[in-house]
Amino acid sequence: MARKKIREYDSKRLLKEHYKRLSGKELPIKSAQVTESTDFNELVEKEPWLSSSKLVVKPDMLFGKRGKSGLVALNLDLAQVASFVKERLGKEVEMGGCKGPITTFIVEPFIPHNEEFYLNIVSERLGNSISFSECGGIEIEENWDKVKTVFVPTGVSLTSEIVAPLVATLPLEIKGEIEEFLKTIFTLFLDLDFTFLEMNPFTLVNGKPYPLDMRGELDDTAAFKNFKKWGNIEFPLPFGRVMSPTESFIHGLDEKTSASLKFTVLNPKGRIWTMVAGGGASVIYADTVGDLGYASELGNYAEYSGAPNEEEVLQYARVVIDCATANPDGQKRALVIGGGIANFTDVGATFSGIIRALKEKESKLKAARMHIYVRRGGPNYQKGLAKMRALGEEIGIPIEVYGPEATMTGICKQAIQYITAAA
Amino acid sequence: MATGQLFSRTTQALFYNYKQLPIQRMLDFDFLCDENSNFVFVGRETPSVAGIINPGAEGFQKLFFGQEEIAIPVHSTIEAACAAHPTADVFINFASFRSAAASSLAALKQPTIRVVAIIAEGVPEADTKQLIAFARSNNKVVIGPATVGGIQAGAFKIGDTAGTIDNIIQCKLYRPGSVGFVSKSGGMSNELYNSIARVTDGIYEGIAIGGDVFPGSTLSDHILRFNNIPQVKMMVVLGELGGRDEYSLVEALKQGKVTKPVVAWVSGTCARLFKSEVQFGHAGAKSGGELESAQAKNQALRDAGAIVPTSYEALEAAIKETFDKLVEGGKITPVKEITPPQIPEDLNSAIKAGKVRAPTHIISTISDDRGMLGTFDALICEEPCYAGVPMSSIVEKGLGVGDVISLLWFKRSLPRYCTQFIEICIMLCADHGPCVSGAHNTIVTARAGKDLVSSLVSGLLTIGPRFGGAIDDAARYFKDAYERGLTPYEFVEGMKKKGIRVPGIGHRIKRGDNRDKRVELLQHFARTHFPSVKYMEYAVQVETYTLSKANNLVLNVDGAIGSLFLDLLAGSGMFTKQEIDEIVGIGYLNGLFVLARSIGLIGHTFDQKRLKQPLYRHPWEDVLYTK
Repeated sequence: MARKKIREYDSKRLLKEHYKRLSGKELPIKSAQVTESTDFNELVEKEPWLSSSKLVVKPDMLFGKRGKSGLVALNLDLAQVASFVKERLGKEVEMGGCKGPITTFIVEPFIPHNEEFYLNIVSERLGNSISFSECGGIEIEENWDKVKTVFVPTGVSLTSEIVAPLVATLPLEIKGEIEEFLKTIFTLFLDLDFTFLEMNPFTLVNGKPYPLDMRGELDDTAAFKNFKKWGNIEFPLPFGRVMSPTESFIHGLDEKTSASLKFTVLNPKGRIWTMVAGGGASVIYADTVGDLGYASELGNYAEYSGAPNEEEVLQYARVVIDCATANPDGQKRALVIGGGIANFTDVGATFSGIIRALKEKESKLKAARMHIYVRRGGPNYQKGLAKMRALGEEIGIPIEVYGPEATMTGICKQAIQYITAAA
Repeated sequence: MATGQLFSRTTQALFYNYKQLPIQRMLDFDFLCDENSNFVFVGRETPSVAGIINPGAEGFQKLFFGQEEIAIPVHSTIEAACAAHPTADVFINFASFRSAAASSLAALKQPTIRVVAIIAEGVPEADTKQLIAFARSNNKVVIGPATVGGIQAGAFKIGDTAGTIDNIIQCKLYRPGSVGFVSKSGGMSNELYNSIARVTDGIYEGIAIGGDVFPGSTLSDHILRFNNIPQVKMMVVLGELGGRDEYSLVEALKQGKVTKPVVAWVSGTCARLFKSEVQFGHAGAKSGGELESAQAKNQALRDAGAIVPTSYEALEAAIKETFDKLVEGGKITPVKEITPPQIPEDLNSAIKAGKVRAPTHIISTISDDRGMLGTFDALICEEPCYAGVPMSSIVEKGLGVGDVISLLWFKRSLPRYCTQFIEICIMLCADHGPCVSGAHNTIVTARAGKDLVSSLVSGLLTIGPRFGGAIDDAARYFKDAYERGLTPYEFVEGMKKKGIRVPGIGHRIKRGDNRDKRVELLQHFARTHFPSVKYMEYAVQVETYTLSKANNLVLNVDGAIGSLFLDLLAGSGMFTKQEIDEIVGIGYLNGLFVLARSIGLIGHTFDQKRLKQPLYRHPWEDVLYTK
């Protein structure tokens, strides 16, 4: 629930649809999306310009520097585009240290151009800043000193006076057009709950602004106001983040409930696994294992909060335990069921779901030589902890249980001591 | 109040969107609050919640303030609440993420409101920015969104902050200490109250600013405020990766604006373990650029002069060391410890804990609307039951209203011929024209412009010994006579001697040669389906005798239903003798008439309304005026 990057295709789709509504003018943007499931014949029927114009094709995967990485092809016909896509679809690339397959491309008309302008709008705490440069394009970083920025405080509308410093040096014949464009884009940014928008570059076609490259981020918490305006919007995972089936399953659970359920596998062969209540505490448990020098043994990051019901906790805990016990190689393992002192979550109730999962998975836990370390406080914690202690005796798995009298992360150290002790 | 102080022992709040538990927790905290200035315990004089705003509702909510129950006014609008409670300057907003921004802005616009705390998680960023801008230009404070709130020890707390009373006592939050604390995470704030209480004299004030990208107030806003509060001797900050909030604190430290020791830790050092960008539990906690990393922020805080431990594990020790130094330097006077009073335990929690038991005041055996908890495709299904039979099976089996009556009145599933008989009785008794007393009353009432229920009830109220109430009596007398083995002659003459008319016998219009069709239908059905009709045969014998006395003394519909119901109860084999006596004794059978006739009376009401009939006035000509 936060700022989410969207694909270039969606950014341009929103721009085209809403530019007209907000300004009464048409932006002649054309773009098509190509994925594994695209049938080029069908696509041409919907977008006839594909067969009549020269085209540009590039990956639409939330990463930048595509031109510099040789992933943009210019001035192709449709057949060439199809073969460009075919050669690269599903192939893994490495961008900025993240590896992942390319699954989505964007195809657009090839626009020969001279001017390349840079435009960037970012949401900040007290307003929004707008940056603009006449020297945009792939050399923007080399020309950073030419980028001009103005700040528009929250609630203040973008007047010509505020825009003036950005467009002051433009030739008179295009100045008015670009000023209007900036104002409309800013209105659109606010109207659609963008938190970030960048065009690098946009150019002029017949004297009218035309974005060639675009990046956008939306505030997904504003979805309830915008679902009509956004249409069928996709919030892809960050590039390189490929979800395993178990992670996708938890992601699906998370989307369905009002509670928060997060699960990321860091090292499937890791020997310390965590299942921690609370957004703040979960990060600190992962930190602590790392700070104690055992980052390499940390199996996962997992957080549950916002009062999930017993059934949700059960399904969640099953997945964590399955992953934690997937590699019984004779070595010792530890499961850290941690959390701070809850303000209002009923600890007894959330532990019931975890306990059911632990009972179900008794033999797997034993096969993985799992010891369990529990620490939690909050409403009804005495009952929750007592049930955990009783469970240890019932299923014959060592479970160390602590309440608010112990430090929150003390069990991390214990877990490490157990897995590192001889035999 | 010192500059920067937001709350005091007299602070009162308005609470938006009624939630019983957090308000009760606030009031319980009030009861425990002590300013620690005397050796005797002095709780808060006024409850910390002055009023509740529940859109569309007005009145009062009963809550406990210590031992006593108090009524807190409920208002339907923010404006009305502010006007009624001009000294309440804190607005605690429990609205959903959809409406939290609008209600918070409305509250900020009220001149009496100084602080707004927003609990909801998922408030759109642009909306929060509006609130930030408004609060800044009007010198007001926003705490949250996505927070549990905050607490000033021994004075005032927001909503669920600091959790249970046990925890508040454990963390000594009922009296002020010397530490100012601010964190992003609401959950971790409670953990830190506990840690801080372990190694210092406790919290003076603690605030959770919330996990959003742009919280309404920042870490440094509160640290600068704490710096102005004389009772705060040191500060503890718990930050988080993502965003640049911590850098405004770094700036404040560098500029020398913070003169008291600050112990700080930024969590999220684990982010570098993740290969791609990761969204942690909080909206603002997103791994991004190097500057936003926990490592960089910790280093920047350390460089700016904050005390930054090497890990979260070492945070508690760093707090202790800092506090001990202040004590050695004589900067902190030891707190005089006082035992807070015991809060009376809530009945519900005591029952849950198995400490007390309480008698119930109502018992019900025929239906259960709490639903049966069952697992169906991981969904929890809830469905009401009639006498243990779930609603779905009633519908799926195609059961009728007779079966429902069987479940709710007799608490068992009677065979279909029995329930069909019940349905026939209802159909036959549903109406008997506009002239009978019940329908007449209903018509008069409906024409007087009264509503459906009044019209129906005025008709039903005529049902009794003279109108429609004879089924039970018929059953009682026939049963008694049959069981005592009286001949029809002995029975009828015996009744005559006692001066009682035989119920179920006699009709205004029908004659021996013109039987009531309804009686014939019932008798035919029973002869076809009932295993035994001995009571009905007895009633027929009685009729034969009475007809010999007068031609209008026929078995009427009451007598037929009464006698046949005895056959149903006895013949079905599903009732003990004792149960049958009870059914007849309580007067179940008149229930059939009441239920059936309601159908007709409702029809008459609608009929009159549809026909737009005016007020009925009985004509003078039809009244004998006499002395």
